[in-house]
Amino acid sequence: MKTFNRVFTALVYLFLYIPMIVLAVASFSRGTDIAVWKGFTLGQYSALFHDGLLLPLLVNSVIVAVLSALIATVLGTMAALGIRAMSPRLRRTTMAITNIPMTNPEIVTGVSLALLFAFVGQMLKINSVMGFATLLIAHITFNLPYVILSVMPKLGQMDPNLRDAALDLGCTPVQAFFKVIIHEIMPGILSGALMAFTMSLDDFVISYFVYGPRFVTLPVEIYNYTKKPLQPKIYALFTLLFLVILLSMVVMNLLQARDERRRARSRVVFGGKGGRVG
Amino acid sequence: MKKRALSLALCLLLCAALLPAPAAKAAEGYINVYNWGQYISDGTDGYIDVNAAFEEATGIKVNYMTFDSNESMYTKLRTGGSAYDVIIPSDYMIARLIDEDMLLPLDFDNIPNSALIDEAYLNTDYDPDNRYSVPYTWGTVGIIYNAAYVDEEDVGSWDLLWNSKYAGKILMFDNPRDSFAIAELMLGYSINTKDEDELRAAAYKLIEQKPLVQAYVMDQIFDKMERGEAWIAPYYAGDYLLMAAENEDLEFYFPEEGFNFFIDAMCIPATCANKAGAEAYINFLCSPEICVENLDYLGYSTPESAAKEFMDEERNTSQIAYPAEETLARGESFLYLDADATHLMDSLWLEVKTEGDVDYGPAVGIGVTAALVGGWLIFRSIRERRLKANRCRKWKTA
Amino acid sequence: MRTKTLAAPYLVWMIVFTVVPLGIVAWFALTDYATGAFTLANLARVSTYVPIFLKSVWLALLSSVICLIVGYPVAYCIAGTSPRRQRVLYMLVMLPMCMSFLLRTLAWVALLEDTGIINNLIRSLGLRPLPLIRNDAAVVLGMVYNYLPYMIMPLYTVLIKLDDKLIEAAEDLGCTPARVFEKVTLPLSVPGIISGLTMVFVPAVSTFYISQKMGSSGTTLIGDVIESQFKAAYNPNLGAALSLILMVLVLVCVAVMNRFSDGEEVIAL
Repeated sequence: MKTFNRVFTALVYLFLYIPMIVLAVASFSRGTDIAVWKGFTLGQYSALFHDGLLLPLLVNSVIVAVLSALIATVLGTMAALGIRAMSPRLRRTTMAITNIPMTNPEIVTGVSLALLFAFVGQMLKINSVMGFATLLIAHITFNLPYVILSVMPKLGQMDPNLRDAALDLGCTPVQAFFKVIIHEIMPGILSGALMAFTMSLDDFVISYFVYGPRFVTLPVEIYNYTKKPLQPKIYALFTLLFLVILLSMVVMNLLQARDERRRARSRVVFGGKGGRVG
Repeated sequence: MKKRALSLALCLLLCAALLPAPAAKAAEGYINVYNWGQYISDGTDGYIDVNAAFEEATGIKVNYMTFDSNESMYTKLRTGGSAYDVIIPSDYMIARLIDEDMLLPLDFDNIPNSALIDEAYLNTDYDPDNRYSVPYTWGTVGIIYNAAYVDEEDVGSWDLLWNSKYAGKILMFDNPRDSFAIAELMLGYSINTKDEDELRAAAYKLIEQKPLVQAYVMDQIFDKMERGEAWIAPYYAGDYLLMAAENEDLEFYFPEEGFNFFIDAMCIPATCANKAGAEAYINFLCSPEICVENLDYLGYSTPESAAKEFMDEERNTSQIAYPAEETLARGESFLYLDADATHLMDSLWLEVKTEGDVDYGPAVGIGVTAALVGGWLIFRSIRERRLKANRCRKWKTA
Repeated sequence: MRTKTLAAPYLVWMIVFTVVPLGIVAWFALTDYATGAFTLANLARVSTYVPIFLKSVWLALLSSVICLIVGYPVAYCIAGTSPRRQRVLYMLVMLPMCMSFLLRTLAWVALLEDTGIINNLIRSLGLRPLPLIRNDAAVVLGMVYNYLPYMIMPLYTVLIKLDDKLIEAAEDLGCTPARVFEKVTLPLSVPGIISGLTMVFVPAVSTFYISQKMGSSGTTLIGDVIESQFKAAYNPNLGAALSLILMVLVLVCVAVMNRFSDGEEVIAL
């Protein structure tokens, strides 16, 4: 049974990575047809770096992802603290609102935001509302719930006495937050920020409805590309991105492992019982 | 207190974020161009990169975006939110845009090269006084087929697209106007009919064709035809020349029932933010040297005889890019149908696209799932109640 | 000064950018295309698309269940390895989610097409090519592929929290492994199953890209229709009406699913 399960899991992983393999192989192929191997070349990669359009789009994507993740994390963490302190009824309402973007189909979110922006544009008589600002707002909106949902549980796990202790020791509430609470909920904040960043980086559906001609992100342009004859340098870009993300994940993994080992050691040193490792 | 101030500040910031950034004001330095996909020489295969050349010549930056049908371009303009400075729609769409006050009259003093356009492409039905548009290219629609798979004897008429022998290998236009035109030509109607019955008959014809159609596509036709994934497609003659360069089995013909003859022209939408830049761009595209190099790449036909002279012999005499007079006589231009007919056509097109075989699978599947889920919920609640009752009884007897 | 006010900016944001836009969608759905007058015609027209709604829901449901069947053993397997390996395996599930789903879907098209990689291979063996693409099965494959990670992640999160002592206790009480699974592991993973099903179902039911690329000309899903009304045929009113109905439909489905987890709502990350 266990071996069967292992083999099955391995097959599923293969299934998940088949397209990556196809695209990576295609990025080294000479022809434009993804299904036919026409000999090895690095030409797609040099074409990619000479292409003045794709790389700026990638930069645009990263800018939006970083900014939206950052803003969403700050707003979301504040909100999580606030929601904790709410009365149960208010909290239920807030959480219901939080769940709207989570359970709403992406296309509905995109469409509704597009209608809002177009409406505001009409009201203010501005012809080109769609652009960086609308894209950023949309991304922050769908990122916020992810941050809240990953910070809230950490706040729940935190010992409520910690804050009181800090206050008793003369901290202002703000100091208490920055000196004590933030360290306790950091893993939640980080995982929320990371989640927000990845969701934003690869978002296509919502961006597709709110982008403007002056600021386009990579997934939107890739969609436009897939409607045309696809240029193989896209495969090269995909492969490079894959490697970069793989590398950063590996690095993060190693850092996390080191962190955990260190924490385990310190626990031994201080003789603490050790909290739950989340 | 500090916290409240912070919250207040953030609230204000949010409200401010609602207002669009001040960057929305017209900047000198750029224009937004909205054109068909695959419709400008972009520097591939050693051809000129028109936008880069324009940027270099004028210092105005070009934000170049593409659309895949007149209708999607129209939708983008109507939805609002994005402003474009130059658009290149086709004839009937230009008439619609003029009708709905969505274009600005051009200042021809800024477009001296427009004088080079041949008489034949001026004073058209869509822009009778030549106030709003400058022709970019013209062309025709015909059938592209893969001679390696399609029998020569089946060729000649639009009915090749209804030939069940090639089921699953046929592509169709993904826009209502072009698709309806084909059905209307098959049925012997005018391609500009506004008659409801005729439009419905055409829609029915398209529904009839649907099981044979591999996909409704626009620019993807290139990829699918070049690779032999599909064998038959109606498309614009100019694009055929591009495809034939990649796959020599591809052939083209003008169907005997007639075909659409179109002009695509450059216009400036009413929401334009940089009119001078836009006119400079139009003028640039009209200059013979650019025009010839651009159209050399595109394969479409030029409305400038002056440019034709620079063109290479082969393209110049191509019967597909520049068909003989008697062939062209069979072509018919699209006129703008009125708002009602257009709306009707849009709804009928949606019917064509959403029409499917009557399929009971999903209904049955969902029904069974719902029954299972409902049954399980009921079963659970009954069991729970019984358990509770048992517990109560035990507690009472205890 | 109360901590509560910290949530104020967030609430303002969410009201302005999620509640208000939904109001605008409803407003569009209830007004006429040309005149802007109040009308129920758009909502009435939605009834024409019942078969499409049914098909979208059915394919999404099928994909969710397949994702569960495929994803559960995987999540179980990951949860059963050493913490170090767990992290690596979990990361490998996350990784595809960071890559462009458009291109990954396109890679599947390249594999399955008539002139695609698999059929080229079959043809070179002298066999007849198979109709692998442009049918409902291909659409389900595309959905399963794209949304499988969304199933594995919450399942893993639940399974990892599972207390080993419970399983030991059940074993001590004489349960066979199958019985342990049925009586302990499975009931305790219900919240993960529910949130996994939701996370697969919601994007799958509203997709338009997968059906465009993997489906036939007859596989038009509700996402395609909505997209076309906003992007190709200018009729935002009909599109809004369809969006509204789709939203209600999804909410109902999610509510039904949540009935299973005894009101305990878990959205695992």
